[in-house]
Amino acid sequence: MSETDFTPNEMMTIAASRALKNTDVCFVGIGAPSAACNIARLTHAPDVTLIYESGTIGTAPTVLPLSIGDGELCDTAVTTVSVPEMFRYWLQGGRVTVGFLGAAQIDRFGNINTTVIGDYEHPKTRLPGGGGAPEIASSCGEIFITLKQSRRAMVDKIDFFTSFGHGEGGDHRERLGITTKGPTLMVTDLAVWKPDPVTREFTVVSLHPGVTREMVQAECGWTVRFAEAVEETPAPTGIELKTLRDLNARTKAAHSGGKSGEAA
Amino acid sequence: MAQFMTLPEAVAQNLNSGDTAAFEGFTHLIPHASAHEAIRQGIKDLTLVRMTPDVVYDQLIGVGAVRKLIFSYAGNPGVGLLRRLRDSVENGWPNRIEIEEHSHAAMANAYEAGAAGLPFATFRGYKGAGLANVNSNIRSVTCPFTGEELAAVPAIRPDVSFIHAQKADRKGNVLIEGIVGVQKEAVLAAKRSIVTVEEIVDDLSAHPNACVLPGWTVTAICLVPGGAHPSYAHGYYSRDNASYIAWDKIAAERGTFIAWIKDNVLDAKPEDFADRIKHLRSAA
Repeated sequence: MSETDFTPNEMMTIAASRALKNTDVCFVGIGAPSAACNIARLTHAPDVTLIYESGTIGTAPTVLPLSIGDGELCDTAVTTVSVPEMFRYWLQGGRVTVGFLGAAQIDRFGNINTTVIGDYEHPKTRLPGGGGAPEIASSCGEIFITLKQSRRAMVDKIDFFTSFGHGEGGDHRERLGITTKGPTLMVTDLAVWKPDPVTREFTVVSLHPGVTREMVQAECGWTVRFAEAVEETPAPTGIELKTLRDLNARTKAAHSGGKSGEAA
Repeated sequence: MAQFMTLPEAVAQNLNSGDTAAFEGFTHLIPHASAHEAIRQGIKDLTLVRMTPDVVYDQLIGVGAVRKLIFSYAGNPGVGLLRRLRDSVENGWPNRIEIEEHSHAAMANAYEAGAAGLPFATFRGYKGAGLANVNSNIRSVTCPFTGEELAAVPAIRPDVSFIHAQKADRKGNVLIEGIVGVQKEAVLAAKRSIVTVEEIVDDLSAHPNACVLPGWTVTAICLVPGGAHPSYAHGYYSRDNASYIAWDKIAAERGTFIAWIKDNVLDAKPEDFADRIKHLRSAA
């Protein structure tokens, strides 16, 4: 693949990575957020503080961790604290500026479901559950979300409120006594979205190169709103693409190491 | 005071059917060997507690050892869902387990409250979260000083907690290094505790502020090198990510799961773990 040729997933990861500032303290969710956060660290934000809920603060892994507690995270961290300390002093204490989350299911107000598909008591699919997300969503200064678009993932009504975004929209967070900003950015494989300042509904502010409004709507379960001036997301630079591809190659090599699962 | 014994002895003396048990480890140092010994001894009807139940809880659930699960994230991290857990919750096979579901913040605080001898934990959480509607153990208290409404959950007090650690000295003092998770709290919150270790040494050579459990806080210590596999022991061997990935396929079908349990658990013994981590040994 040439420098100007990139996949929607690469565009998503790179666009998401651009949102993090060098001064941010970021609580990193596993999966797509982890890749975006580390690309930020390896490109424009070398001093960003990445925190994984396993207790690793200021970590700088050379490969992406498979879990939130791979040894690599501890080896490269400034310090590693216990899990109770992580959630009490660091997250609840208000020291994290950005929580970066993925989502199995999300609605237009950034409410996320990772608990069940279907009824809670008799689920069609039992998902992993919230883990740290319910308090990440309310304790971090703001929340960035990244996910691949599909009608299964982006739905009119989520089946379960694992973590609270903007609820029913408007000032719903304030009414619940939540003082943090909540979801302020969503990056998908097709577009960049930001909440409307009044309704808090996620609105497309920029389309990735080659993406049309119809393509965004086709992979979204609610009627998509577009900002008055929709921009084009700047294409990945050569250095961004190379950094991401190198990271993915290192990660793939590292995770396929060892014998295959005779004694899991 | 910690007693040194074999793992089969420690499980037989300390874990009973019907107990509330925590096999803790936050990705790192997960006590797989202990859980396998519990399966071999046919322990049933357990209430299992853990923040991050992963493949070893999938195994305990799949063999029908579990009545209830108290947890905050049940998955095979980076790989997918727990298929034996799903089969239990969605289809009732081999039995339908009861679920008490929390957030990580709640579980971490609840373990800490257990270790601190408090009846409950309080924290700023669950705001707008659906779990508060489906779990009657998620309640609230009002701060007597500021009037702020805070979340409250009962303390976790297991009958027995199992952890794996790097080493113990000959007096039974235990050193945990790396991602320490919630294991210190899990041991101090429990009535009884079993610690498997990579090695037993004359001197822990621990930093003054290291995470050390004094021997008098531990019930039994068992030497089981490799006892965390496919989890890892920082400084000893790395995480067997390939095994976690392979588990997804093994657990997908009841038949392959049952065959795997027979070969790797029922027909195995604690000493087998040392072989499983040989190719993962780190230079440290």
